[in-house]
Order: sequence, then structure tokens, then C-alpha cells
Amino acid sequence: MCGIVGLFLKDRALEPKLGEMLTDMLVTMTDRGPDSAGIAIYGRPQKGKAKLTVQSADPDADFAGLDAALSAAIGGPVAIAVKDTHAVLTVPSARLDSARSAVRTLRPSVRIMSAGEEIEIYKEVGLPKEVAARFGLRGMSGTHGIGHTRMATESAVTTMGAHPFSTGPDQCLVHNGSLSNHNSVRRELRRAGMTFETENDTEVAAAFLTHKMDEGENLGQAMAATLTDLDGFFTFVVGTRNGFGVVRDPIACKPAVMAETDQYVAFGSEYRALVNLPGIEEARVWEPEPATVYFWER
Amino acid sequence: MSDFPHTPPRFSWTFSPEVNAEIRRAAASGIYDIRGGGSKRRLPHFDDLLFLGASISRYPLEGYREKCATDVWLGTRFAKTPIHLDIPITIAGMSFGSLSGPAKEALGRGASAAGTSTTTGDGGMTEEERGHSKTLVYQYLPSRYGMNPDDLRRADAIEVVVGQGAKPGGGGMLLGQKISDRVAEMRNLPKGIDQRSACRHPDWTGPDDLEIKILELREITDWEKPIYVKIGGARPYYDTALAVKAGADVVVLDGMQGGTAATQDVFIEHVGMPTLACLPQAVKALQDLGMHRKVQLIISGGIRSGADVAKALALGADAVSIGTAALIALGDNDPALEEEYRKLGTTAGAYDDWHEGRDPAGITTQDPALYSRFDPVLGGRRLKNYLKVMTLEAQTIARACGKSHLHNLEPEDLCALTIEAAAMAGVPLAGTDWIPGRAGF
Amino acid sequence: MQTFDLAAEGLRALNATLHALKDKTNETVWEVVNPRGAHAIAAGVDAPVEITVRGSTGYYCAGMNKQATIRIRGSAGPGVAENMMSGTVIVDGDASQYAGATGRGGLLVIKGNASSRCGISMKGIDIVVHGNIGHMSAFMAQSGNLVVLGDAGDALGDSLYEARIFVRGRVKSLGADCIEKEVRPEHLALLADLLRRGEADGKARPEEFRRYGSARKLYNFSIDNAGAY
Repeated sequence: MCGIVGLFLKDRALEPKLGEMLTDMLVTMTDRGPDSAGIAIYGRPQKGKAKLTVQSADPDADFAGLDAALSAAIGGPVAIAVKDTHAVLTVPSARLDSARSAVRTLRPSVRIMSAGEEIEIYKEVGLPKEVAARFGLRGMSGTHGIGHTRMATESAVTTMGAHPFSTGPDQCLVHNGSLSNHNSVRRELRRAGMTFETENDTEVAAAFLTHKMDEGENLGQAMAATLTDLDGFFTFVVGTRNGFGVVRDPIACKPAVMAETDQYVAFGSEYRALVNLPGIEEARVWEPEPATVYFWER
Repeated sequence: MSDFPHTPPRFSWTFSPEVNAEIRRAAASGIYDIRGGGSKRRLPHFDDLLFLGASISRYPLEGYREKCATDVWLGTRFAKTPIHLDIPITIAGMSFGSLSGPAKEALGRGASAAGTSTTTGDGGMTEEERGHSKTLVYQYLPSRYGMNPDDLRRADAIEVVVGQGAKPGGGGMLLGQKISDRVAEMRNLPKGIDQRSACRHPDWTGPDDLEIKILELREITDWEKPIYVKIGGARPYYDTALAVKAGADVVVLDGMQGGTAATQDVFIEHVGMPTLACLPQAVKALQDLGMHRKVQLIISGGIRSGADVAKALALGADAVSIGTAALIALGDNDPALEEEYRKLGTTAGAYDDWHEGRDPAGITTQDPALYSRFDPVLGGRRLKNYLKVMTLEAQTIARACGKSHLHNLEPEDLCALTIEAAAMAGVPLAGTDWIPGRAGF
Repeated sequence: MQTFDLAAEGLRALNATLHALKDKTNETVWEVVNPRGAHAIAAGVDAPVEITVRGSTGYYCAGMNKQATIRIRGSAGPGVAENMMSGTVIVDGDASQYAGATGRGGLLVIKGNASSRCGISMKGIDIVVHGNIGHMSAFMAQSGNLVVLGDAGDALGDSLYEARIFVRGRVKSLGADCIEKEVRPEHLALLADLLRRGEADGKARPEEFRRYGSARKLYNFSIDNAGAY
């Protein structure tokens, strides 16, 4: 049970302010989710490079010398930017998969939050305001981003239990609601070769979309498949490299508000999250229809 | 040939006479069986726990002279006027509609005389109940029958009902025979129809929205009244935590022995968890959040005696609630009316078709010819007596365990007679230090 | 006129002030500025006053309203005028889910669109929507009138009791036990009155509406209707 915020910028001039706008929206949703918070930000890609965002419970020990060790392991240059308990490792894009495996070997207790050419994911236990401050979210720039504040329902309040979940390159998903058949779907996905870090229902939804896209479906088709294959109550907001998607289950009890102008498309669980956006007074504000996939792509 | 002994007739346990009768009934009628009450099955319950009384290592209190206090504060977290009860036993929500007017009056009289509260049910607040109950908890249900701000403001507490133990996930049901003129008017329904009740609240779903709804209720009542959240026991650990996060002052948890006026038998018997299994889960959730005793916990579902009260408190509840037991104290299913029960095709102690509205005791009926038999003043006295007896019983046990307040009873005062009860309650099997499920077993 | 700045003074102060107003108050005209999507604005008012909210609100604005006329110069979040007892609530913009839920009296006017579950479980309230309504509207609606100038979404009037529904546009689908019914002169008169009070008489005529009501087949259980449950 949660609050979701999302922002997809159409106007490049707003990109430097993405982090600031998302942080304000996220903090407004604190009441809906005081347990933990997370944010996925898609920044401008660097040619030939890809990023891994990792998290550690003991950052001083784990991040010391990690760039050099990883560079040696993959045979390519590695840059590291440490932010509190997280670190962004920039590697050559061709080496992304091997970098991912190498990190697991070099630092087994480190968790991989995201992988991709544009995405970075930061998530921690604590109030949204504190989580944002720890990672300097306010200062980040990018093309689109999704944030989530969590009130844990059935699984534990842990860092990994926080959203967004990322189960594929440059992909992420956040969820407000409660799935009812996720245990069965998880078993099916495991048989198909997917691995899971948590018992969380949302991770199952993220993995489901990744699996569908791995099988050749596009994001719109994968999101439409959630309507037939997943049961329960859900509003999903999904991020991919170029795009931003929203889908609500057919019963559509969990709230969802969207706003669109020439400059952006925004999502919030409550209208309150959108009130400070530029031009909101003149924006087209609407609620997504149930069982309908919405998608914006650049 | 006929000299051989033949095998005697043998019933099937799976296809017992009761089961077969139900299959025949379903085939004949085309409708599921509806009845009142809670689960009738034998379930692991408080009977399977025993208290370890004082001996040489622990010293008892003298009866009468050395006080064992029984009072409880409910709603201390946010409310301007929390509730103080003399005894930790309240009367659970039962609607006017499922119960007759005189029965509701009796509950109010008895509870007030004993220094405790009653609760409205799925039908709204009546003048009689507000008049006779010194402390009245007003239920806020999915149906919203009769809901209005004036009654919210005249209530002493507000109970947001998410579910009840007899049917976690289900709504209320009152069949046509009990929708009398008065009930129809209070609920805004045509007379004589089968009332269908929703299973979810109409204007919120989920704990994040519940938090906003609780805020609205507090604003309407100027933050004066304690807000209770009532849940049917299914996933009590998560539900208790979420109720706390949504802003509840008090959590009311109802196990599957908890009664209902009417619902499908399959719901009562096959959905939910025994009260004994629910209670420690809810207590653990409160403890993990650091909110035990700060958000109070009321447990219900099969509370029958002072022993049950003491055991529930020992496991961490702040108070208990009674429904079925209160009705029996008033005279429900009394053997003195056996002849009438026979006419209805049943017998005293087994009568549960309350939805038909033909209760000879005049308690679960809207028929004036029947409820005029029920004397609310006498009923109130009987309820008061019963509540006092339960309180004295609980005090007797608590003193024997060396406690000067019922709240000082703790799980370590208990042992279990069966493995199931030990596992569910989290107390060791008698004579051992084994708690199944802990430490790798 | 009294002006209340919600951002400066807070929700508790606003509602405490409004609750202190009684029938004989002199302070009959109020405005609330800077609502910024806050919840429970003007919930539980019980006085014949006029309140204008200058902006959009969160959940449960005007919840359980009695007697007051409350105008929202913006959009309203979920549950606007829920359980209203009497009075009038007018939303200039759109209303989110559960508009007028369980309302027992009074008039709710939505000049934009209402979302899903509009009029759910209504118990006597009148609702006039100038735009469209979403799915599951008038679910288990017991009494009152729902008038929609635009279209209605799926499952209109599912499990309906005695509430009346009038829709001028298209109905995507009807819910269990909800059927179209004949429009008679008394319904035209009722519509004329509701359209006028709902500030919609310039936009639509009573003759343009179709009426929907309960088939009453679910009033007493019959196994042959099991498909409807």
C-alpha cells in the first residue's frame, strides 16, 4: 500500500529539474508510505557506457577499491560514484552483463538495484524526505523517473522490499495495491529461469513484464498481459529506456491521477502530488481508465 | 448360509450422516445453507491452555483484601477522550435488526451496570441503545446503513469494520424475514427483501486509503473519539500492523469462533483462523512496532468464561469482547424453551437459524409477538451477573498467579496441553520447554 | 466574507472553525484558499452557510455535509460529499471515484466528469453530472436520483435497489439487475427540477434522457439467478 509518483519530460529544458520535481512529489506522498522510499531516474546516456547501481549495508568496506577490482575482472574502464549506501558503476556497455556477474563474485553481499544505459535506482528504508536527502535526489537530472513510498502489506520492511523493482535492463516497476496470485506466478517464472530477491508481490509483476519482453513482446503487449495473468488490485507504473507506462486492474479501486501539458506527463496516487508542477492549473488532468494500457515514448 | 455373522452397518467419517443431510438439502433447495453463530467445530482454543499458579517460586495475592485491578483504558493514542472501562470485557457489535429492540436494551443495561461498553451493528444506532448504554461504540461498516454525523458525534468511540471472524472477506446479510418496517426505514431498504451487504467499503480500499478515511472521521468528530479498526482473523500480523500504520487507536480482532447473525455455513466453517492462533500474531505485530499497550488490542471469538478472559489477557490482549456468550446469558437457546425449539425442527443449544426471525426467546427476531416475551430489565440483570462472574473468575486466576492487575498476566504464566495449542499460542507444552515451531523444530 | 488560508492555518483549524458555526451564525459566507489537494476539507459541516473552496481538493471534501452549500472551484478527489445528509455541493471541475458515496440527502453537482463508482450505495442523495461517469456507478444504489448528461461506463447500477438513474448519453453496459425503464410524465417533471437545480437546464432537456432502474429479480434469492451473483 503506497504512493506512486512519475514524471516523463517532453521539454528538455526541464531535465535539470527532474530530481527536484520528483522529490517534492515523493515527499508529498509520505503519509501513504512511511516505511521506505525509492526512485528510478533515467539520465542522458553516455555513448558506449552502461551503469550498474548497487547497494551495500557496509558501503565503506564494499565500495573501497571496487572500481579497480571490477575493471580488472571485466577488462575495461570502470568509474564509481558513491552516494551514501549506493554506488553507480559506469562500465563499457558491451561489458554490462559480465560486470554484473563480476560484482556478485567480488562483493557477494552487495545488491544490484538496476542495470542499464540510462537508469539509476535508489531505495532505502526510512521516510521519503530522508531517503531523498541521503542520495541527493533533488540535484539529479534526467528524462523521466518514477518514485514510490511504501507501506508494507505482507512482506517485510527492508531495503530490497522497497520499490521500484528492476528485473531487466533499463526497466523498472512500481505498484500500489495487492496481488492475490503472485505466489503461483512466481513459481511459473522460476521454472522459466527467472530469479527473485524477495517475497514481494511487486517483484513478481516486474519479473512478469521482463519475461514477456524477453519473449519478444513490446511493453504495451506485456502490460496488457498483466490484465489477464495477474490477479488482485493494482496500479502499475512502468519505466523503460525510452518510455513510461501506466495500467490499472479492471476493478480499479487504487487511486491514480495523471496530468499532461506540452512539457510533461505526470502521475500521482493523489492530486496533491501534482499541485506544484509547472502549469498544473492549465494541465489536462484525468484518471486512467481501468484495464487500459497507457504509454508514452520518446 | 444365514448362520454367518454379517458385518454390522458402518458409517463413513467422510460421508457422515450430517454431511449427507447437507448434500440432500442442497440438492433439494438449490441454495447454500445460511445460519447464525460462529464456527461450531472443535478447534484449538483457550481450553488447551492452563495457568501455572503460585507455588514456592511465586506468591499469590489474598482474595478480596489484596486488590487485583481490572480496569482498562482504550483509545489513548490519539483521542481527546479515551474510554475507561471498569472491566476488560466489552459487548461486541450486533445489529438492531439481527437482534430485537428489547435484546439491545438488555445489552445496554447489563453492560452499563457492569461498567463496560456495547457496540452497535450493521444497521445503525437506535435511541434505545444510546439511551441505555453508558458507553457506546458506533460501528462504521461497508453498508453505511443509518450512518450520519450526529450519531458519530454522540458515540463514545467509532469502530471501522473491515471484517469479522465468522466471514473474513464477506459482507453482512439479513434475509427478508427480518426486514420489518422499522429495520427497512433505518436501512433505507424496501420491506421484506433479502438485504445484500457489500464486502468492501464503498469509498476506500486498502490501508493507505483507510488512513485518509480515519483522518476524515477524526476531523468530523474533532479528534475526540477513539477510532477502533475491527478485522476478522486471517492474516492478523499484517492486518494489525497496517491498522496501526493507518492510524487506529484500538485494534479489534475476531477469530473464527466469532458469531454472525447470518451467513453461509461454508464461510463460517472454512474461512478464517481460530482465535488462539490469531491473538499472538496480532500481539507480535504490535510489539514489533513498539506499539503494544499504546494501541490497544481487543480480542473476540469464543470468549466464554473468566478463564478465557485471563488467558487472552495473558497472551497480550488489552480486553476481550463477547457476542454469542452475551446472547446466551440473556436467554438464547435456553432449554426451558425446548418444546418451541422442537417445533422449529431443532433443539436447545443447536438453534442457529436466527435469520428466519422466529426465535422463541425473542432475542434474534423482529416479530413483536416473540420479542414481547423478552424482559429487557431481567435480561440486563442476567448480563450484569454474567459479566461480574467472568471478572471475579479472571481475578481469582490472576491473584493465584501473583498479579495485582489483570494486565500483568503474561504468556509465561501459561502452559499448553496439546502441540497445536502450544504452537499457536507460543507457550510451552506442559512439563516441557518445547514450543513447536521455535528454535528449528 | 470570511477567508481561511488552509496552507497557513491548517486543516484542523479550518474544520474546528466550521464546526463551531451553528444555525444562527452571522458568518454565513466563507472561502478557503490554497487547498492544494488536501483531504477532508469542510467535512462534517452542520450549518446553513456558503463555502467556496478556491482550488482542487483531495479525498472526502464536504464529507457528511449537512445544510451547507459548498462550491469547489477546481476538481475534487475521491469521495466528495460522501454520506452527505443535506445541503448542496457543486464541483466546477472533475470528481474522482466514489463521488456522493452513500449520500443520504442533498444535491451533488459535478460540472466536469465523475470517475468510477459515482453514487455508489447512494441512500437518497441527488447527483447531477454534466459530463460522463465511470464504471460501477450507482453500485447497490438504494434511493435517490442520478442524472448524467454524458455517457456512463461499464456495469451501471449493478445490484440496484430503488434509486433512479437517468442517462442522456451512451451506457457502456448495465450491471446485474439494472434495466432500462419507461420514462413517464412524472419522470420528466423530476428531471426538469433536477436539471434546473443542477445548473444544467441550459444544456439538456428531460426528453433526451433514458431511465434505468432495478429489475427487482435479486430481491429474494432464487438459485436461477445465481449467475447474477
